[in-house]
Amino acid sequence: MTLTLDIDKPSEKKPAIVQTIFLAAGLALLVLAPLFFYPVFLMKLLCFALFACAFNLLLGYTGLLSFGHAAFFGGAAYFTAHAVKEWGLPPELGILVGVMGAAFLGAIIGFLAIRRQGIYFAMITLALAQMFYFFCLQAEFTKGEDGIQSVPRGHLFGFIDLSQSTNMYYFVLGVFIIGVAIIWRIIHSPFGMILKSIRENETRAVSLGYSVRNYKLAAFVMSAALTGLAGGVKALVFQFATLTDVSWQMSGEVILMTLLGGIGTLIGPLFGAGLVVTLQNYLATSEFPVTIITGLVFMVCVLLFRRGIVGEFYNSRLGRKLGFEHRH
Amino acid sequence: MIFGIPLQAFLGQLLIGLINGSFYALLSLGLAIIFGLLRVINFAHGAQYMLGAFFAWMLLSYFGIGYWPALIVAPLAVGLVGAVIERTMLRRLYTLDPLYGLLFTFGLALTIEGTFRYLYGASGQPYATPAALAGGTNLGFMFLPIYRGWVIAFSLVVCIGTWLVIEKTKLGSYLRAATENPILVQSFGINVPFLLTLTYALGAALAALAGVLAAPIYQVSPLMGSNIIIVVFAVVVVGGMGSIMGAIVTGYLLGVAEGLTKVFYPEASNIVIFVIMAIVLLIRPAGLFGRDV
Repeated sequence: MTLTLDIDKPSEKKPAIVQTIFLAAGLALLVLAPLFFYPVFLMKLLCFALFACAFNLLLGYTGLLSFGHAAFFGGAAYFTAHAVKEWGLPPELGILVGVMGAAFLGAIIGFLAIRRQGIYFAMITLALAQMFYFFCLQAEFTKGEDGIQSVPRGHLFGFIDLSQSTNMYYFVLGVFIIGVAIIWRIIHSPFGMILKSIRENETRAVSLGYSVRNYKLAAFVMSAALTGLAGGVKALVFQFATLTDVSWQMSGEVILMTLLGGIGTLIGPLFGAGLVVTLQNYLATSEFPVTIITGLVFMVCVLLFRRGIVGEFYNSRLGRKLGFEHRH
Repeated sequence: MIFGIPLQAFLGQLLIGLINGSFYALLSLGLAIIFGLLRVINFAHGAQYMLGAFFAWMLLSYFGIGYWPALIVAPLAVGLVGAVIERTMLRRLYTLDPLYGLLFTFGLALTIEGTFRYLYGASGQPYATPAALAGGTNLGFMFLPIYRGWVIAFSLVVCIGTWLVIEKTKLGSYLRAATENPILVQSFGINVPFLLTLTYALGAALAALAGVLAAPIYQVSPLMGSNIIIVVFAVVVVGGMGSIMGAIVTGYLLGVAEGLTKVFYPEASNIVIFVIMAIVLLIRPAGLFGRDV
């Protein structure tokens, strides 16, 4: 596998200070952002960013290209919306239902898909996710073409009113930070190291005695669960869950965000999601279809720009100077 | 009556299954040929199928050129477009992980479909059945629309013809040799880069041919390709891409399985192929005709 470009981690020489400054600046920006931007736009961005980061855990750090992550994102949106609206659960439990549901789906799809590798893995995940799409189209609880509408945001822990968009924004930001922290923890754990070894050389990982299948399945389920976290929160932000989120186009979108931001970089998907969501918002009012732009960006990225924005930055002269050096 | 189902309905769905199977076979055949040599999964295959149907429709509505010339011109045109794409862009990706080829052709598919959607809207355009094949014939036990019989017969001929070209001719032997060991074949003085271009063009042309055949049956719509390509991927996973004949046989089999499901359990008809794929993965992960795991 030469899919990823070994740029995932800055070298250990002098970057600690630079990294801390970047991190602090980034957090400050996210905290202050609602003063400058429309909160719903920011929340959408954060949901997609978390989605892309969770997807990247699989593509960037395990080397598995899933073409079916929409099933987990949209599936969790349906589960959360149903739990909150029909069962009357509070938002935090509703999201938990979404996460569990997505993890369960991930276990089934992952179990089947890891039986083949590479290109077949991508096709199988796509086909199984499409099967889930047809299930959602026909199932009773998803309300077919209409989707689940007017989902209440409710009160977080019983006393924080999430219908206030500022409260909702900081809730989403909190979920986003927790999600990314979990991903960071996974990547930097011994478990994460084994995932990377599978990415780099699966045969060798097998010969070293690791049960590669179990590791792949575990990574798949974790990625699906974190994707479910993003999907569940999105259902609360927009207060609906529809078929759009389970369609294959959504699976394609998250791949684009990750590719554009930088496969195998922790924060790359955040930038990729930011660009894609901004572009969509910008084009939403015009007649021009987003798919043409999306397709062209895909082609350009794959041909000329495979490291993505953050990857190119890490690899640039400035990036190296700041200690984000290309690691061999 | 068969299993409590009227014979007419049963045979009718069997026919639809065979028609769908013809398209699955033609498309998975093209995918398998391209994958065999280029190691690229051509996600744009559905878009090329759609292009074939659209070119036929454009030839008819802008130039008054009918079905029969379109059956040759549209695949040639799409094949040419494919050759240009392979020469200018796809070629650069051969040394990379095959997943980049998939992502590139995915982007290509989105661009092509988006453009046609922008120009012609999402709704379908009707394409009349050619006069020579209009109407139907009564076989005694069922009514067979002639055009549908023609699609089944013609696609069988094309599939078997392609198989013969690859298995029995000189050109086919070069192709197979280049699949096994491109460097060795190149050192024998055979122009492998040209073979690659030709293969991609051939695969694209096959998809376009299926598109022209489909035009009078389904509506000519920008979305017709993306609807079918995911099913064809499942077909390819079931068949395994190791053998050309395997791709053809699996295509027909799964088309028929889908048709029969429509008779016995209509709710499951659009997921039955995916279910079969899941079962095959459990029992025989390499696919029915596959060699590699």
